Amino acid sequence: MVRVLIPSQLSSYTAGATRVEAAGASVDAVLRDLDRQFPGLRFRVVDEQDRVRKHMRLFVGQDETRSVARPLAEGDELLIPGRSAAVRSSARAPP
Amino acid sequence: MTDAVQLLVGTRKGAWILKSDAARQAWRVQGPMFLGQIINHFRADPRDPKVMLMAASTGHLGPTILRSTDGGGTWTEAKAPPAFPKGDKLGRAVNHSFWLEPGHASEPGVWWAGTSPPGLFRSADGGDSWESIAGLNEHPMVAQWLPPDGGTPDGSILNQVVVDPRDARHMYLATCSAGVLETHDQGQTWAPLNKNVRCDFLPDPYPEFGQDSHYIALAPSNPDRLWQQNHCGIYRLDRPGDTWARIGEAMPREIGDIGFTIVPHPKCAETAYVFPMDGTEVWPRVSPGGRPAVYRTTDAGQSWTRQDRGFPAEQGWFTVKRQAMCGDGHDPFGLYLGTTGGEIWMSGDEGESFRQIAAHLPEIYSVVAAPL
Repeated sequence: MVRVLIPSQLSSYTAGATRVEAAGASVDAVLRDLDRQFPGLRFRVVDEQDRVRKHMRLFVGQDETRSVARPLAEGDELLIPGRSAAVRSSARAPP
Repeated sequence: MTDAVQLLVGTRKGAWILKSDAARQAWRVQGPMFLGQIINHFRADPRDPKVMLMAASTGHLGPTILRSTDGGGTWTEAKAPPAFPKGDKLGRAVNHSFWLEPGHASEPGVWWAGTSPPGLFRSADGGDSWESIAGLNEHPMVAQWLPPDGGTPDGSILNQVVVDPRDARHMYLATCSAGVLETHDQGQTWAPLNKNVRCDFLPDPYPEFGQDSHYIALAPSNPDRLWQQNHCGIYRLDRPGDTWARIGEAMPREIGDIGFTIVPHPKCAETAYVFPMDGTEVWPRVSPGGRPAVYRTTDAGQSWTRQDRGFPAEQGWFTVKRQAMCGDGHDPFGLYLGTTGGEIWMSGDEGESFRQIAAHLPEIYSVVAAPL
């Protein structure tokens, strides 16, 4: 499973949860699993041509990706911060 | 039957509903709904007024369509919002839906959507899922008619979808880069309808296409009469003719005939209302001279009468966008307009006088009157 951090802009889809889990071996697979759990969420992050939307950002751990083909491994953390959203990675959270 | 009206208001920062009493004197403001979401259009279905749709997006998130089947009490998100086919050869992706149009009375559940970048989409299930209309979106001329990066500073837009109330297959589109397009087969084939519509910003001032048609309206009492507020003037077309007449030439020279919208009278096909804006120099698009006014014609555009009673006499720099002026269909006709400064004004006497019924809202994008 991949841990996913959800920004405030998308928390209406997750009933307020800011940390959820999803399955998949790539960003695309994880987003599709998220969409199965929370219908409509994926299209607000990725457009119909599978491009990350202009003002959305995706990080795998500390590394930003603009490609949904980016592989993911068990235990990875996917962050979906909108540019104005306050989402903190658990890896960077203060003690 | 009551004459009470509700105004569905879409803004840069959410949606509101204003509800009147039977005399249209007292108004209650309800909202916000979806605070912070950009609501480009908010409409009720005249075939089933409990059904409402909103075209929503935010600065960051992708677009969606919000649906209510209980008159705005509860809302759900469309299962499949408008989207171009994957692998679209122009690489288009819907940035936002701009216009929502209930389908013909004979087709319950059908809705149309116009988007930015320009695209036409149809729903057959009350707005829950949407299909791309290949007849337009994959037309051989689409890259010339509707270039995704063309159009206005606000983006390239399919401004409007209009369905002929007599024939579900006959439709018009108002677009920002191909002017008016017409179909007689519900979107399978299209042709430009721009003869004699000026295009000041192209080398050929009267091209076959290329015009920026801000708004078109069929006269409800005579759907063969089309009114158009174009980027370059006010026009009228009487079908089956195909040559527009620039009726804005009769406007006072110091006012001009630039604006975003035009509202026909529900019963008199000779009467329509415009809200002129300053189109000089860098196009401020505010009330000329800071003195807001509606102009009304009662003779099909041969002459225009200024209607400004109630509006600020000076320092009133109103901008009224494409979907932000409407009528209510009552007798006497009620006229409503929303400004980018967050004010809503109404006339309950066919434009003879205006009064403010709401203020301090966010930038208003659309105002639609519906029965209450």
